[in-house]
Amino acid sequence: MSQTITDGHSVDTGTVLLGASAVTMRFGGLTAVNNVSLNVHSGEIVGLIGPNGAGKTTLFNCLTGLYRPTSGEVRFLGEVLPPKPRLVVRRGMARTFQNIRLFHNMTALENVMVGMYSRTQTNAIDAVFRLPRHRREELASTERAKELLDFVGLSKAADTLSRNLPYGDQRRLEIARALATEPKLLLLDEPTAGMNPQETRQAEELIFRIRDLGLAVLVIEHDMRFIFNLCDRVCCLVRGEVLIEGPGEVVQNDPRVIEAYIGSSETDDEPAVPAADEPEQKGEADA
Amino acid sequence: MNVIIPDDVKVRFRVPARIIGLVGCTLMIASIFMSWSYGHTVLDDVGYWGAPSPLQLYYAVLPVLGVLLLAVPLLGRGRLGRWAKLVAWNTSAKTCAIWSLAVTAVMIASIAIGLGGLVNVDPGGWVALAGALIAVASTLFLPDSPDPNLYRLKSPQWVQILAIVGVMAVLLFGAAYLLNFENADQFLTFGASVVGVVMVLRQFGIFSWLSIAAANNNRVLVTSAFVVAFAFPFTQNGSDANMSIASQVLIFAATALGLNIVVGLVGLLDLGYIAFLGAGAFTAAILSGSAFATIDWVPPFWLTVLIAGTVSSLLGLLIGAPTLRVSGDYLAIVTLAFGEIFRITMNNLDGNDGPNLTNGSNGISAIPDLNFFGFDFGKAHVIFGIDIGRFANYYWLMLVVIAIIIVVFMNLNYSRIGRGWVAIREDELAAEAMGVNTFALKLLAFAGGAFLAGVAGAVKAHYDVSVTPDQYVFLESAFLLAAVVLGGMGTVMGVLIGATILKLLPEKLRFFSDYRLLLFGLLMVIMMRFRPEGIIADERRQLEFHDEDDALAVEIQEEMRAKHVHLNPEPKEWDL
Repeated sequence: MSQTITDGHSVDTGTVLLGASAVTMRFGGLTAVNNVSLNVHSGEIVGLIGPNGAGKTTLFNCLTGLYRPTSGEVRFLGEVLPPKPRLVVRRGMARTFQNIRLFHNMTALENVMVGMYSRTQTNAIDAVFRLPRHRREELASTERAKELLDFVGLSKAADTLSRNLPYGDQRRLEIARALATEPKLLLLDEPTAGMNPQETRQAEELIFRIRDLGLAVLVIEHDMRFIFNLCDRVCCLVRGEVLIEGPGEVVQNDPRVIEAYIGSSETDDEPAVPAADEPEQKGEADA
Repeated sequence: MNVIIPDDVKVRFRVPARIIGLVGCTLMIASIFMSWSYGHTVLDDVGYWGAPSPLQLYYAVLPVLGVLLLAVPLLGRGRLGRWAKLVAWNTSAKTCAIWSLAVTAVMIASIAIGLGGLVNVDPGGWVALAGALIAVASTLFLPDSPDPNLYRLKSPQWVQILAIVGVMAVLLFGAAYLLNFENADQFLTFGASVVGVVMVLRQFGIFSWLSIAAANNNRVLVTSAFVVAFAFPFTQNGSDANMSIASQVLIFAATALGLNIVVGLVGLLDLGYIAFLGAGAFTAAILSGSAFATIDWVPPFWLTVLIAGTVSSLLGLLIGAPTLRVSGDYLAIVTLAFGEIFRITMNNLDGNDGPNLTNGSNGISAIPDLNFFGFDFGKAHVIFGIDIGRFANYYWLMLVVIAIIIVVFMNLNYSRIGRGWVAIREDELAAEAMGVNTFALKLLAFAGGAFLAGVAGAVKAHYDVSVTPDQYVFLESAFLLAAVVLGGMGTVMGVLIGATILKLLPEKLRFFSDYRLLLFGLLMVIMMRFRPEGIIADERRQLEFHDEDDALAVEIQEEMRAKHVHLNPEPKEWDL
């Protein structure tokens, strides 16, 4: 089933949604992302793969405004993105986190409603005096949040605290929260990490349904079967640089990709990979 | 209080333990008919045989509760039915015994200290002490009960309403009664037994049931709370002493509620909050038409209130805009410094080094009393045959101010804004990445809290008659923060209770006020260790403090479900 949908869409190369050109991110002496250019078109699912420490999450952080790239620029719908996560969200780009960052002590519904913050206008005066706008908007956003929970399959968990949700549900809730920001492009950072095969299949199906809503998806993942099933195009990052970018089957069979993951007998640059892991973790903690 | 006794021993000895506990409680009850003290100058008349004094009667409440808690489970699980599981019989009995012991100890200590030695304690006191010790020792042998889940108990609405009204009435007369104790020993004894009864009822699960009842009948709760608060001056028979304390408590509570928005809802540490109260007070004083006022314009009071609030919130914006970008400790340091800068500035705006606004350290005195449509706040009025004095007038005015503050607090909390604040508290980066304008929301809380403090300050200026810079020292900020933390961050009821405790105790207990810094410090340390979420816990706050406790998370989730306390869409109730 998934294959036919993918094929149907791979023909369609819509407008360029996200255009990153020559993005470079340095932490002190270490170049985590080096001269990466990447385009995502509307209605397309793009995979971002690479060994640990290749700079995938750092690139995500650069794209979503958590980091200001050392050089290069990120454009969204042709305009340069402001380096502020909140403004990036307003433009229409939302993300999930590799280590789930839900609001743990809020219910699932509330989490999704927080996602709607940038699309609602109720201000302090409306809220204090309970003006009609407050009421109208609260009802509408509750309704919408319920729809989104339903969409990701969590309708029964609306009033469950997100910390009490099972791991897989937390990942799905994070996606629902990101969808609540009404994005045109959704960035998923390892959406199936820690999931069992069945949950992974559900996630795959969910991402196809998201694409069918007309959203583009950029997804980081280590599960190769998942990524090559899902993506119209795959970009492989190694040590901060784009190794190869292209349709799934091309990337899948490229000997350099296999080498980057498994290593070849001649190369002795193995230690470089764990070393590069460090700043990525640290950077996220700092931010 | 966890004496290590093996569980199987506890289970085996539970019946004899209950019977021995009953003996202990009976001894305590019997002791009220005996003489406790040799002299008659301490407590009330506890020195007579056969005639219990009022204080002794109150003392007997806890042991009577103990008898019930110990005797009823003796009926056996079969007869109790589901009540066996709904109520934490054993734990309640244990709490009851421990508090009985505490009250007994307080009374014996009062007698011994007041009359000069334990010699003056008569048999009654010793019997009671023996009874209390027996009760404590025996209840330690009772197996721990599971947490009470009385809130699962379905009850008809009229019972719930009746319960709420009953609680409010008890609150009114209890407060009036408690305030009438002139003697510190009596106050402490009565206070301790009240706290003991409250703790037992809490263990029993009454409060979880009540909070559901309150959530279901919110209108009744809010209305009756205000009726009770409004009626309070009528219980005082024109006495000004207590009304003065009560209105000070309200001013303090109103300010603490404003601080609660900043500290409790958003989680920002503000150590200079008193400056906003001061700014409001000075603004109102300057515009009051006092002979010492430096500006000749006297706007109507409602306008003064708005101006005072605005001045405060502008100060809030001024201090918040550069500092709210930093977080945590930095903000605390900056606000601490701001509080001092405010005080020193007010001290120096005396015409020597700058414009004369505040008359320097003399401040502005002789602020006239308020006058609304001919209702002079400075004069006593006779209403329903009872003298309502100056303090009672201000008490009512503050009640209105508090009502406004509570409405603002609640309406902001249950809105898009409130959700944003919770999100900031939980994970600021994630909130920002989900499109929440964290900086603007923090600034809003800061300025909004300052506005409310300014409003309270405007009333305070008239109440205090004079406004001087040295009323607004760092210590006051610390006390406000203590009231919020002690009562329960993010709750209205908790902060009201915290403010009452912190303001009332030093007024009523002279020895306490000498050591109040020491004792409050100790209290805070104990709270931080055993109940960091405060007396009344906000559900979310409680979870934040007990991050690892998954069982608690499930329990709270169930309770929230039962109460329907979501931040959406129109809350059916306000969870005070």
